[in-house]
Amino acid sequence: MSTRTSLDVRIGTGVPLLVADRVDPPTRHGWVGWVTTTDHKRIGILYLVTAFGFMALGGIEALLMRTQLAQPGNTVLSPQAYNEVLTMHGTTMVFLVVMPLWAGFANYVVPLQIGARDMAFPKMNAFSYWMYVAGGIVFYGSVFFSPPEAGWTSYTPLSSGPYIPGNGTDAWIYLIHLTGISSILGSLNIMVTISNMRARGMGWGRLPLFCWSMVAQAVMILLTLPVIAGAVTLLLTDRHFGTCFYDPHCGGSALLWQHLFWFFGHPEVYIMILPAFGVISEVLPVFARKPIFGYKAIAASSLGIAFLSMLVWAHHMFATPLPAIALAFFMLTSMLIAIPTGVKILNWIATLFRGSIVFRTPLYFAAGFLVLFTLGGITGVMLAIYPIDRQVTDTYFVVAHFHFVLVAGAVSGIMAALYYWFPKMTGRFLSERMGKLSFWLQFVGFLATFLIQHSLGLSGMPRRVYSYRADTGWGVDNLISTIGAFILATGVLLTLVNVMWSLRTGAKAGPDPWKANTLEWFAPSPPPAHNFDVTPVVRSVEPMRELRRQIRTAHRSGDGDE
Amino acid sequence: MASVAPRLPAVALITVIAYAFDCDFAAAGALLPERGGSPNADRIASLYTVVLILAAVVFVGVTVALAFALVRYRSTRSPTAAQIRGNTRLEIAWTVAATGLIVFIAVFSLTKFGAIEHPDRAEANPAAASEAGIGDAGHGVLHIRVVGRQYIWMFQYPNGATSFQEMVAPVGVTVELDISSRDVAHSWWIPKLGGKFDAIPGYVSHTWFRLERAGLYRGQCAELCGRNHADMTAQVRAVAPAEYARWVARQKRLIAAADRARDDSR
Repeated sequence: MSTRTSLDVRIGTGVPLLVADRVDPPTRHGWVGWVTTTDHKRIGILYLVTAFGFMALGGIEALLMRTQLAQPGNTVLSPQAYNEVLTMHGTTMVFLVVMPLWAGFANYVVPLQIGARDMAFPKMNAFSYWMYVAGGIVFYGSVFFSPPEAGWTSYTPLSSGPYIPGNGTDAWIYLIHLTGISSILGSLNIMVTISNMRARGMGWGRLPLFCWSMVAQAVMILLTLPVIAGAVTLLLTDRHFGTCFYDPHCGGSALLWQHLFWFFGHPEVYIMILPAFGVISEVLPVFARKPIFGYKAIAASSLGIAFLSMLVWAHHMFATPLPAIALAFFMLTSMLIAIPTGVKILNWIATLFRGSIVFRTPLYFAAGFLVLFTLGGITGVMLAIYPIDRQVTDTYFVVAHFHFVLVAGAVSGIMAALYYWFPKMTGRFLSERMGKLSFWLQFVGFLATFLIQHSLGLSGMPRRVYSYRADTGWGVDNLISTIGAFILATGVLLTLVNVMWSLRTGAKAGPDPWKANTLEWFAPSPPPAHNFDVTPVVRSVEPMRELRRQIRTAHRSGDGDE
Repeated sequence: MASVAPRLPAVALITVIAYAFDCDFAAAGALLPERGGSPNADRIASLYTVVLILAAVVFVGVTVALAFALVRYRSTRSPTAAQIRGNTRLEIAWTVAATGLIVFIAVFSLTKFGAIEHPDRAEANPAAASEAGIGDAGHGVLHIRVVGRQYIWMFQYPNGATSFQEMVAPVGVTVELDISSRDVAHSWWIPKLGGKFDAIPGYVSHTWFRLERAGLYRGQCAELCGRNHADMTAQVRAVAPAEYARWVARQKRLIAAADRARDDSR
C-alpha cells in the first residue's frame, strides 16, 4: 500500500492535515454509473466528451461552408442549406462546444484546485449537464424537420416574422432556454463552491488564477444569460402568441432584439475567452518554472473585463441608427476593454522572461494563443472606431476577427487545457509528437483560413453569403481559406486521435507530472471519488511547491519510507 | 536560424508599412478598405491606414518580445528560472502606456469623424447641382430614398422617379441617402462610397456620398436577410450632372406612361 505509506510520511512531517471523515459508497460501474453520477470529475468528463462530439458536428458544418465557398458560383449547398448550416455552425460552437467545454474543465478542475471534495451542489451539477444534453438534442432534432436559418444572432424581423417557413427558430429558442438553465445553474454552483469550499488557508488572494477566471465568468453568466432567456421568450411569444415586441407594424421595435441580444452577446465572447485566460495563467508559470508575473493584476483584470464587457454591446450595432452620443460611448468603452486585456498579455510575456522554459505541448498552445489572440484583440480595437467598423462590419473581416478571438483564443486555450490536464484525468500523458504536430497543423491551418479573410472583407465580401460571382475577384482568397480550414480540421482531428490512442497506450503520468503549482496535482491521477485523503493547509498561491519540498525532505530524512 | 528569426517581424513590419502607403497597390482591398469613389470612403481608408500602422507596431512588438523570451529563456539555455512575482512600477508603467495609446487612437479618430460623417457644405458644387436640376430647396444636396426589401433595393428620386437595383447619381453633387426597409433588416453598402448603414423597418438611417468620377460602383446587401441575401446586389452609376437630369426626367416619363397604359387597360 504505497499510498498509505506516503500518507504516513506526510503525517510524519507535520504537514497540517484535514483527515477525511467519510467513506464513499462504491462507485457504480458501466453506463449506469455514468448516467447517475454526481461526481464532479465524471460530470466534467461527460461535458468534455459530449462537447467534443458537438465540435465534430460544428467542424463538419464549417467545412461544408468552406467547400461551398471554395470557388465562385459553387453549388454544393443550396442557399437554404447554406443558411441552415451557417446557423447550426455558429450556434453549435458557442452553446454546445465552447461553453460546455469550459463547464467540463471547470467541473473537473475547480474543486480539485481549491482542495474540495466535490462541487457545492452535486445533484444540481448533474442536472446542469443533462439540461445541456437536452438543449443539444432539441436543437439537432430540428435537422430532421426544418433547421433554423436566421444565423446564430437570429435578428428580428427575419426570425420573428413570416419570412422563414418552418419552426427551426423555435428549436433555436429552446436551445437557448435549456443551455441557459444549464449555464446559470452551473455558474451558481461554481460561485458557491469557490466562495465556501476552499481549503484551509486559501484566502481569495491565494485562489488559483483559473478559478479567478471562472469567478469572473460566473458573474457574467449570472448577469447576462437571464437577459437572453427573456429576449428569446419575447421572440417566442411574437412568433406564436401574437405579441408585438419586435414587430414595427404594431408598435414593436426591430432594434430592441439587437440591444437585448448583444447585451448578452458581447459578454458571451468573454464568457468563452476568460477561462482560456485562466488556463494560460496556469500553464505559463508551470512550464516557465517561474511564478506568474503580477498575480493580482491578472486576477483584477479578469474582473475588470467582466465589468466592462457589459458596457460595450452596441459596438455590434454601429451600422444601425444610433444617436451620436451612443456611438461615442460604445466606441470608448470598447477601446477601454483593450487595456485590462493588454495588461494580461504583457504579464504573460513577463512570466516567460528569465524563466527556464520547458517546451511541452501545453506551452506550444499557450504561445500560439498569445500571438494569435493579440492579433484578434488588435482588430477589435480597430472595429471600435465606428466609421472603420461600418466599412468592415458584417464582412469577412469581422468573421476573421472573431475567429481569431474564439478559435485562436478560446480553442487554443481548450487545447492547452486538454494537454495540461489530460494526465490528471486519465493518469496518462497525451503523445507529445502527435500533440506538437497537431499544434503546428492547427496554427498554420488557422492562419491560412482566417488571415486572408481580413482581405476578403476589406475588398467587399459580406459574411453569410452562400455564393459570390467570379468577377468579384474573391475566388483565390476563398480557395486559400478553404484549404486552410481542412488543414486546421486535420490538426484538431489529430488531437482527438491522440486522446483515443493515449487513453490506453500513453506514458504513465503519476500525480504531479508537470511539477505544477496547484492542489489538483496533490491528488493521485486520476483522483479517487473523494479527491483527497487529506487536504493540506494552503500557505501561498503555489501550494504544491511547498508540498513537494516537504515530501522531498520527508523522503530524505528516511524514517517510514518505502 | 535563431539570429534570423527575431528580424523577420521587423521585415514584415516594413513590408506592411510600404504596402499600406502604396495606395494604388493596396487599392484592391488586400490591406485597406475600398476607396476612390467618394470622399468619406477615402477618409475612412486614411484613418484606417494610421490605425493599421499603430496596430502593426503593437503586434510586432508583442510578437518579438514573445519570440525573444521563448528563444532566450528555453530551459537548455536558461537552466534556472528567476523567481520574480511582479514589478509594481513596471506594471503601472505599461498600464499607463497602454492607456495612453488607446487615448491617442480615440482622440485622433474623433478629430477625423466630422468629415466622414457629414458632407462639407463648402465642398458642395452649386454648378453641378443646378446642372443636375436640383433646386435651391435642398441647398444643392440631392436626397435619394433607399428602400430595402427581399431581395432588391429600390431608389426614389426627388422628382418622383423610381429605379431598382441600379441607382443613377450625378458626379460632383452631394447625395444624401435616407435608408429604410419594408420587411426584414438589410444593410446598404457600396464599399467605394463609404461604410454600410442598416435598413431596419421602422427606422431611417442616413448617410451620404459625393461621386468623384463617372463609373459604376458595385455593392451588395450586408445583413443576412433570407435565402437570397447573396443575390441582393446594388450598384451606383455615376454620370455627368446633365446626363442625370435627362435620365431622371426620362425615368419619370416612362413610369407615368406605364401607369397610364395600365389604367387604360383596366
